[in-house]
Amino acid sequence: MSAAGPLPTVAQRSPPDAVNPMSQALLTLSGVHTHIGPYHILHGVDLSVPKAQVTLLLGRNGAGKTTTLRTIMGLWRASAGTLTFAGRDITALSTPEIAERNIAYVPENMGIFADLTVRENMLLAARSAASEKQMDTQRLDWIFGLFPAVQKFWNYPAGKLSGGQKQMLAVARSIVEPRELLIVDEPSKGLAPSIINNMSNAFAELKATGVTILLVEQNFNFAQKIGDTVAVMDNGVVVHSGSMQELNQDAALQKSLLGLAL
Amino acid sequence: MLQTKDLTIRFGGHVAVNTVSCRFVPGTLTAIVGPNGAGKTTYFNLISGQLKASSGSVLLDGQDISALGVSARTRAGLGRAFQLTNLFPNLTVFENVRLAVQATRRGTHRRGLNLWSIWSDHGALSQRTEEILATVAMQDKQDAIVASLPHGDQRKLEVALLMALESRVFMFDEPTAGMSVDEAPVILNLIRALKNDPTKTILLVEHKMDVVRELADRIIVLHNGTLVADGEPAAVIASPVVQQAYLGASPEDASAHDVAPAQSKLPRRGGTRQAP
Repeated sequence: MSAAGPLPTVAQRSPPDAVNPMSQALLTLSGVHTHIGPYHILHGVDLSVPKAQVTLLLGRNGAGKTTTLRTIMGLWRASAGTLTFAGRDITALSTPEIAERNIAYVPENMGIFADLTVRENMLLAARSAASEKQMDTQRLDWIFGLFPAVQKFWNYPAGKLSGGQKQMLAVARSIVEPRELLIVDEPSKGLAPSIINNMSNAFAELKATGVTILLVEQNFNFAQKIGDTVAVMDNGVVVHSGSMQELNQDAALQKSLLGLAL
Repeated sequence: MLQTKDLTIRFGGHVAVNTVSCRFVPGTLTAIVGPNGAGKTTYFNLISGQLKASSGSVLLDGQDISALGVSARTRAGLGRAFQLTNLFPNLTVFENVRLAVQATRRGTHRRGLNLWSIWSDHGALSQRTEEILATVAMQDKQDAIVASLPHGDQRKLEVALLMALESRVFMFDEPTAGMSVDEAPVILNLIRALKNDPTKTILLVEHKMDVVRELADRIIVLHNGTLVADGEPAAVIASPVVQQAYLGASPEDASAHDVAPAQSKLPRRGGTRQAP
């Protein structure tokens, strides 16, 4: 478990494709190909997600970011390549088997159960609690502080929440219990700035307890603030990987990789 | 001019939008901001007709359109983009836009099966379709099936449809959400171009304050369904209600508020080694 620093203190100028030497990989994808129907989406993805760090998967729309997350979770089957989690090959595992490795995943569409209450949605994710009474109340209070809407609408059907409130619930549900790996597809989408602030604090706190975090994020300001490691995708492959610090300091690299003109 | 008068909707005991009165003038862009759940999307739904108001009214150029459904309001010139998928997924980009162009020229197709008119219209329809696709920079994708398009392109196409429908009011609900940083400028440039047209009224729900600051002529703030601030962008952004309730008071402000950044800390309980 690494020390709780917001960013690595040493500016490591790592060449592309290098794994950050400061931390071992919890999740590794090597040469992963994914087909969806007749479409060949991932063309050999190599990705290394270092333990107890925040890894950002960036890239333009259609680059393959969401497909990469879905392939990790077994929602799409890799047609070639290997996925390794905590030293074990998970390539052939089913989605429930992958989730049972203590991985939380917030999909792009949030996956809220609209007819269940907010409480029931949360309880479903609390695998070690059979009833609300067994939920970790300290942790719940922490979540309520981050996402006030979750507390306010505790006994309301989740389908009645606004778009942003559903997003809060989706992220809240993924952190209701400690997980080894937390994967979120666009955490900041639709959220007010104050809530995004709360969330970046929460990710930093989770990381400090040893949680590994993998995010797809389009809000570059948010990504810059919370990311340790970054992988940029284009046309179904990872075209750059390195530290966020390096990307932050290199305007030319941002422009060439992300089309950012700052 | 678009106007809402005491617009209100209740869901059970909850008042989601509470007596909101506001005028939106052509040639201006008004940004609507507020915390999640403030009623922004519901307000849009009331204007576009997806929801019927409990009380109050919506007026377009002085005419009460409160009783009209979505399609009648669309024909009257209200264009609503995003969070509403009005694309035909199995048609091409070109076919989608051409259908919208065709919809505005219904009159010419009520002459029955006049083969000559169908043939002569065809060229004009296609030409207009091409113009619109050029405006949104999608000519190179005109033959792509919509379902196969990335999210960002689908959103661009939605703007193209509103243009084709000759909308006078454009309502954007987080137009850049889910869009990569290199694609967002395309949509923002489209909105900028619309803004230069003095006949268009633009309403924008947006959480990215840099976008709001740059595009808005005016900002209104909704909080718990109520209009709590309305004015020049700089003044509204600097107001305490926006600083605290929306942006989240910065640590320097140190002013307590129920939606200010969370003070609570994650309870520590050792490691997270629970994987089987």
